[in-house]
Amino acid sequence: MTSENTPQQGALPPGDERVRKVSTLSRVLGRPELAAVALAILVWVFFAVIARDNNFVSWTTTAAILNRAAPLGILAMAVALLMIAGEFDLSIGSIVGFTGMAIMVLVTPASAGGFGWGMWPALLAAAVIAVAVGLFNGTLVITTRLPSFIITLGSLYIFRGLAVAIPRMQTNRTQLGGLDQVPGFDFFGRVFGTKIDVFGARFDIAILWWLGLIVLLTWMLLRTRFGNWIYGSGGDANAARNTGVPVSRVKITLFVGTALAALLVALIQAVQFNGADSLRGTLKEFEAIIAVVVGGTLLTGGYGSVVGAMFGALIFAMVQQGIIITGVDGDWFRVFVGAVLVAGVVFNNFIRQRAARR
Amino acid sequence: MTTTQAPLLEIRNISKYFGSVIALQDVSAFVRAGEVTCLLGDNGAGKSTLIKVLAGVHKPTEGSYFFEGTEMDFSSPRDALDRGIATVYQDLAMIPLMSIWRNFFLGSEPTKGFGPLRRFNASFARETTRLEMGKMGIDIRDPDQSVGTLSGGERQSVAIARAVYFGAKVLILDEPTAALGVKQAGTVLKYIVQAKNRGIGVIFITHNPHHAFPVGDHFVILRRGQVYGDFTKDEVPLEQLVQMMAGGADLQVLQHELEEAIRSGQVNGDEARDLEEVAAGFAGESDGEGEAGKA
Repeated sequence: MTSENTPQQGALPPGDERVRKVSTLSRVLGRPELAAVALAILVWVFFAVIARDNNFVSWTTTAAILNRAAPLGILAMAVALLMIAGEFDLSIGSIVGFTGMAIMVLVTPASAGGFGWGMWPALLAAAVIAVAVGLFNGTLVITTRLPSFIITLGSLYIFRGLAVAIPRMQTNRTQLGGLDQVPGFDFFGRVFGTKIDVFGARFDIAILWWLGLIVLLTWMLLRTRFGNWIYGSGGDANAARNTGVPVSRVKITLFVGTALAALLVALIQAVQFNGADSLRGTLKEFEAIIAVVVGGTLLTGGYGSVVGAMFGALIFAMVQQGIIITGVDGDWFRVFVGAVLVAGVVFNNFIRQRAARR
Repeated sequence: MTTTQAPLLEIRNISKYFGSVIALQDVSAFVRAGEVTCLLGDNGAGKSTLIKVLAGVHKPTEGSYFFEGTEMDFSSPRDALDRGIATVYQDLAMIPLMSIWRNFFLGSEPTKGFGPLRRFNASFARETTRLEMGKMGIDIRDPDQSVGTLSGGERQSVAIARAVYFGAKVLILDEPTAALGVKQAGTVLKYIVQAKNRGIGVIFITHNPHHAFPVGDHFVILRRGQVYGDFTKDEVPLEQLVQMMAGGADLQVLQHELEEAIRSGQVNGDEARDLEEVAAGFAGESDGEGEAGKA
């Protein structure tokens, strides 16, 4: 069909008298991220009251929260898209560790067992690795028709194992540092590691990467053909195929997307910490899923949003930071996160059912 | 009722075998533009196989398929669709969680802009969805409503409107009224008439003669993979259609079995009374069997 033609007027008057004026409120109620926004406000107010004396409402704390939320948020957005398309990626945390170590092994001097590459070639190679890992996950899920939960659970172990085994074999270490000594680091240091000082607090540049990606991916999800295909693939893969959506291609692309998001986080953290650790990214796959689900995306696919995942990551970071500064024993952190997850999902369900009844 | 116009789509002496199973034997049927041909048959009559042959999913083992006067040899449903033969299956190929307009254009999204800025023309899609549904006489209140909130009849109508919008000349509807309540079925029948009035040839597959009769111009009755009869509306009253569908003899056997069950006390009380009524109904219907015969 042609794309630019405008619909002919006349069959129906543009303003249909039977179109009920839906109030802005009930329109908002229909959005997937609503519960996450409400929950974010709730959690913020909770800590603002509880941790009032610990300076929770301050630019320093805000910066700390955002600095925590950004890497998780970047992962969560990619996971959200994949989950809307009806698949899981449990290997994302392992890919963070694996690609981070890949970069470090490549740039480590040959004398220390590395390859002594420059920053650019090492990053390029890491990108190729990330794409290959995404293709591996995606094609395996598509061709075996097994649940992605199982396939990527396998990948979780495979790539975490490789992240430990290969560096140990090459360099006899599982922690590699000295990234700032590598030729070409300056550019990367600036692009991924800059601290921005405003309001007397230090904000990571990663926050800007995160926000930029939110805008880009939201636009992609809501306003491109590919975005429509993502919803279709997750809503009912069979029906989507029948209408001509290349479901397999969509899903494989999104698996590559999560792997690339993991690479971005690995790079940001490698620059930030001036090196990598084989165990970096551990449990991030679950934190990302928590952020996504609290953000209103359905585990079963077909429904959700990138903005929701953003609020999910924000909630996660607020809880983490809130517990740290209130001085509550860190042992209680997981209890709180689990409670927030359950509360978020229950809240989401409640809202969704209300929205369906309107 | 009868026109002398050439058929838009015609199958001649189609047979389809799956190994030793004869699914269809020597089936002929046609539909003209602006007419509704009803394919009637009980379960196992070969309706599903025939739909798949018409839609281009199966190649017939024997026989020929004509569309707009030329012989066709479809290798895939996409082929048939590109020619303008659209099939609306029972599962509708619709996604409940997505909005009406997103569903309407899924897989064929209109775009605007170029290069990396090429994007889904959402306002066009919304407006077109509303207009196209309006042309079918359906007022969708809000294109942003998810398809899951629509009734079965409304969903069916979205599927039909979508097929029509994307250039269907022939619309093949697979049991569109099967899972619907009386009122909703009536609504779908209305859309079938709408499509017909817009010059589309409709092939309406159903096992319900009460749904077929009001909208059909032609009735092809399938039984056990063969054409049992092919009538125009003038030739056959509804009652006859009902009998021919299931076969009067079969109904008599069923009636006998039911009476046996009641007599032997396998059922009792209210159940028995209900069943007796049903059995009596069968008896009444099968009285006309002798006259029905073969056309």
